[in-house]
Parts: sequence; C-alpha cells; structure tokens
Amino acid sequence: MTKVKTLADLKKLREDLQEKIRLRESGEHPESLVQVKVAMATCGIASGAKDVMTFFMEELEKRGIDAVVTQTGCMGYCYAEPTVEITLPGQSPLVFGFVNSRKADEIIEKYIKKGELVDGIIPVTYQSINDNQKEG
Amino acid sequence: MVTQKMNIMVCGGTGCKSSNSELIVTELRRELQENGLADEVQVVQTGCFGFCEKGPVVKILPDNTFYVTVTPEDAHEIIAEHIIKGRKVHRLLFKDPVTEEYINDSKGMNFYKKQLRIALRNCGFINPENIDEAIARDGYAALAKCLTEYTPAEVVDIIKKSGLRGRGGGGFPTGLKWEITAKVKADQKYVICNADEGDPGAFMDRSILEGDPHSVIEAMAINGYCTGSNKGLVYIRAEYPLAIERLKIAINQAHESGLLGKDILGTGFDFDIELRYGAGAFVCGEETALIHSMEGKRGEPTFKPPFPSEEGYLGKPSNVNNVETYANISPIILKGSDWFSSIGTEKSKGTKVFALAGNVNNVGLVEVPMGTTLREVIFEIGGGIRNGKKFKAVQTGGPSGGCLTVKHLDLPIDYDNLIASGSMMGSGGMIVVDEDTCMVSLAKFYLDFTVEESCGKCSPCRIGNKRMSEILETITKGKGTPEDLDRLRNLGEVIKDTSLCGLGQTSPNPVLSTMANFMNEYEAHVIDHKCPAGKCRDLMTYRIEAENCVGCTACARVCPVSAISGERKEVHTIDTSICIKCGACMEKCKFNAVFVS
Repeated sequence: MTKVKTLADLKKLREDLQEKIRLRESGEHPESLVQVKVAMATCGIASGAKDVMTFFMEELEKRGIDAVVTQTGCMGYCYAEPTVEITLPGQSPLVFGFVNSRKADEIIEKYIKKGELVDGIIPVTYQSINDNQKEG
Repeated sequence: MVTQKMNIMVCGGTGCKSSNSELIVTELRRELQENGLADEVQVVQTGCFGFCEKGPVVKILPDNTFYVTVTPEDAHEIIAEHIIKGRKVHRLLFKDPVTEEYINDSKGMNFYKKQLRIALRNCGFINPENIDEAIARDGYAALAKCLTEYTPAEVVDIIKKSGLRGRGGGGFPTGLKWEITAKVKADQKYVICNADEGDPGAFMDRSILEGDPHSVIEAMAINGYCTGSNKGLVYIRAEYPLAIERLKIAINQAHESGLLGKDILGTGFDFDIELRYGAGAFVCGEETALIHSMEGKRGEPTFKPPFPSEEGYLGKPSNVNNVETYANISPIILKGSDWFSSIGTEKSKGTKVFALAGNVNNVGLVEVPMGTTLREVIFEIGGGIRNGKKFKAVQTGGPSGGCLTVKHLDLPIDYDNLIASGSMMGSGGMIVVDEDTCMVSLAKFYLDFTVEESCGKCSPCRIGNKRMSEILETITKGKGTPEDLDRLRNLGEVIKDTSLCGLGQTSPNPVLSTMANFMNEYEAHVIDHKCPAGKCRDLMTYRIEAENCVGCTACARVCPVSAISGERKEVHTIDTSICIKCGACMEKCKFNAVFVS
C-alpha cells in the first residue's frame, strides 16, 4: 500500500483514486465494466448476501461478462435484504431487493445482458451529501 | 409513437399492493399486449417508493412522470395517452399541496428529499474493507485539513458552532465536551469511541462501523488533535464480530497508509487506535460504566462529576463520543459549521439516524434532518403499518424512552421535543406498534429488559424495577387491582428521582408513558380484567361458536391438551379448565368458528 506522507500525497492519492472510481462508474468505454455491489452488513449476510455475492462472481465469469463484484455496507433497506446495486456502464445505479440466486440469474440475463428492467427495483428515497460528488 | 424504449414502474410495496397495484400491472400489460407494444414497453414491479399516502404509485421512465392514486381502470388511459400519444395523463399527476401545481417530473418532488444521509454517506457505497474507496470519497481529507490549516482550538470552535450534539442519547453538545477535555492539563489523554450499542432494535452504530469504519477512525484522530491525545480506544461489544473485523482491517490499512501511527502526514502528530471489547451489558453504554469496564473493573456507573472529560480512563481525561457522533465530524470540517447548522431545528442541528423497526412496512435505517415529523418517518419513509393495521404507538429511545401516540405524529423530532412529550431521542431506536399490541405487555417487556440489565448498584433500580415488573405481571395475569396503578406510578417516580445513572433514571419511562397515554388499557386490565388487544393470555378465553362449527374435528385433533370434545359433524366445545390458550384451534379452523375474548 502506498504510504501517505504529506498532505500533497493525500490530495494526489485522492484524485487518482477518484479518477479510477469515476472511470469504473461512468465508464469511458461503453463496453467497459458492469459494477455489482452487494450489501454485506451483518443483516445482509444473515439473509444470504454471501451466497448471492458468490453467485454473481461465479456466474458473471462463467457467462463471460466483464464485471467488478464488490461488497459494501448496509444500504438501509433492511426489509428487502439481500440488496444488490447494479451499475451498467454509463447508467445510473439501480438497487434490487430480495435477491436470491434465482433473482440474481434473472438480473444477469435480463438487466445486465439486455438492459431490460426486472421486478424488485428499490427506488432511491434519499439524498446523500456525496451526491454532488457523484455527479461532479 | 414510441421512439425509445420505455419502462413503466409500478410500486409493489406492501402499501400499494394492498390497494390493488398488482391488478394495475396486469391491466397495463394487457393494454400493451392489445396495442402490440409488449416488446417495446416493460412493466416492472418495484419496491416501495415511500409515498404510500398517495399510492398506488406508477412511474414512467425515462421521462420521470410520477402518477399517484392510480386505479386499474386508469391503465387504458395511461397506455393510450402517455405511451402511444406521448401526452401525460394530467389528472393522475401529483399536485404539490403548497404551490397547487401539477408536477411533471418526479425530480421536482419534495418527498424524495425527506432523507438526507450525512452519517450514512458512505454506507452502501464504498467497500468498507478498502481504504482507497474511502479516500476517494473524501476520507481523511478532514483530518488533513485540521492538521495543516487549523489550530486545535479552531477545530473545536467549528464543532461548537455546528451545534452537533451527542448522538448516543444524552444530546450533550459535542464541541463543549471536546473543549472541556482539551482544557484539562494531563500527561496522557484518551479518545474513546462508545460502540456499545445496547438498545433493543437499534443498529445504526453497527451499520456505520460495518459500512464506513474510516469515518470513525478519522474523527477520533481529529478529536485527538483537538484534545491533545495520541491514543484512541474503541469500546465495542463482542456481539458485533463483523464490525470488529472491518474496524481492525480499517485500522491496519490506515496504518499501512500512514494515516494512523507516527508523524501523520508529516505534521508531527501521532495517533493510534486500539479496540476494547465489551460483553454486551446495556449499562456499559453509560460512559462511566464503560470506562470501568475498559479498566477491567465491574461495569458499574459512578457519580459525575468528575466527568470523564476531566477524569476518565485510568484517571486521565477522556473524551467519550458515540459512533454516530464521530461519523458526523468529517463532513462538518469539510463543509463548515454554517452548512451543518443550517440543517435541523433551532436546538438540534443536523440529521439523526433511526433504526425503524416493529410493525412497519419498510423496516430499515433512515437518516432524516432533525425536525422531520414522526408521521413522515413512519408513514412516508416507513411505508405505514404492516397488514393495513392501524398505528397505535411508537417507542423511541429504546427501554429508556417512552411511547408516543397518534397525537404526537406531527411532532417535529428533536432532542427537546421528544423529552417534552415524555420520551427521548436515545440512540435512535424507533419501534412502531400496531393496534393489536397490548401496551401493558409492551411496557413489561421493556421493564424486564432493564431488570435484567440493571447493574445492581443502587437499590431503587435493582429492587424497585423488580417490584414494578412483579406488579405488571400480576396485572397481565388479571389479578391486578386499581391500587396497583398508584403503586406503579409512585414507584416509577421514586426510581426516576433516586437512581444514580441514566439507566435507572429512565427505566420507568416505558411504564409511566404508557400509563399517561393508554390509561384506559391499564384500567381495562385491573377493573374489567380484560386485555383490549387480546394479547394477555391469562385474560383470554377461547370458545367455539355453535353456528359456524361444522364438526370437522380439525380443532380437536390439533389441540395439544385434548381440551376440545365433540362428535363428528356435531358442534364442538372447549373445556376452559384444561385449555392452555395456545390458539392452535383458531389457526386450524377453516370456518371461523373459534373465537377469543
């Protein structure tokens, strides 16, 4: 891991990382990566998020889809766990609730491959102080 | 004509489903089929939009048209007008109650902005086990700003001006606490993070530590810079293994990156963090008990003053803040105290995270600006009461808090309003109960929790709560008398006045507040010996209504104690002297012949 020794280091590192994440999120190349985030807090894991994450990792590779699967914390939609956020290149993220392997399969086949929406989308109901950053 | 691919999103949340949203989906799909558009336009069921009051809700993408109170009969018009001709169905649009204007684009609607995430800003966005993602989202930028641009006193001043108050329950002004700790002279000081989240139903601290541990680490370092401490300690309950693991990973990564340890960012400031584990005693959330527990002593509170800021861990000045409080620090430094104090009410600034639980549709974590009403949280964000039942009460502040009722629904939530109405903010647990809940039993549940968790040091709390619990037990068994109610009230008030710590001082709250708001239920128990909600088992009798009984014998076969007798095809009867009131017969009966009273 790079050592951050000075304020300048931190600023530089932040810019580099922001660029990296921006690339990943907005996708300079439309054919670039699909991003899958699985909510993996205790509650998510208890309702099966680990299996869902493994499913996505294995199946996306098997089906030859270029994707990054990462874990994240609680999204707040505890009533709909496990929850998964999918970001297709160049599109805004979508959250799906009650994801099991069957739903995950449907998401891969319909949403990730063809861009068709599937049942179970959770509408965003909040704003975050990081929203500006996301847009900017 | 359809020029681009459209989507119709129909809310499939419980609230909208109960008002026929599934039929709307069917009708929309049928209409599309008839018009040969089934391949072009998709109808999708979604989770709750959080606008249940005006449900069922239908949203058209990509133009963001938001239709409210849609009926299955409207499907034809939506397809014929909006989808085919591209003209919005005006009468179904949402009308802003203030400006009385129809809103075309859902982005202009206010209700989306009910929630504002400050403390939860990174939860569910970043990978908590990767410091890079935290740094990309401004992680450690506030620490860097403090170390290079501000003096410790200036940072304290920013926190003071922001109006931030402790999120652990007490609501003590955070900046003031920092100032007191900073002013005390000592060779060693400690920065303590209270992660002993003990309220039943509250889990925001766990979620922050599991989702964004760096926000807490960074804020602790900032506090160390302000107070002149180089040692941070997180007191976390051993029941939170994942939070502990992620915190450890985060501390290690911060070390490897040089953002913790010696000479941080070349400024000469050293700071390090260690973990201390608690065994899950509720009283250890009280700061003096927490400190004793960290020292390896019994987790018992001691008298304040001296406050931990003056004399804390190992007798040294210690700044104790809660996880959520720390999670608010970095945004305040980066965006300024004016920004923070522009959110919230006069005396309570910023946002509060609530763990919404109980009989509410959208159980989850919500973060709302202070001053949001209970109605907005429960009915708009929470999606209303489950199974279409009626709202009865909401318990805020966990076992130390109180019950608020229908008349409090429009109360703007902040520290002072909650206390004025007989409850408290606490750590932000919010348990909603419906009409089927017996308030006496609910009060007893919370009281039993404090009886279990009392450390036993003061007699009012140790013995008094036990006695109160016994009286409640008698009442729920139908053996209570009207005098018991006076005894309960007296005892409760004495315990409040004479206990040493917050646990004892607040433990009678659930009983006193339910007595204040639901006296009729207590009276029904002690005078008529009836439980209006039908929940107190000892006050119920099961009987079979002769008119409905067809003599199928299903109930008799399922009864575990053979209390039901009767011949085939003849009316059955329950022997109440044998019946254990398990309710199995009622569940089994297909003819609604079993009644409970």
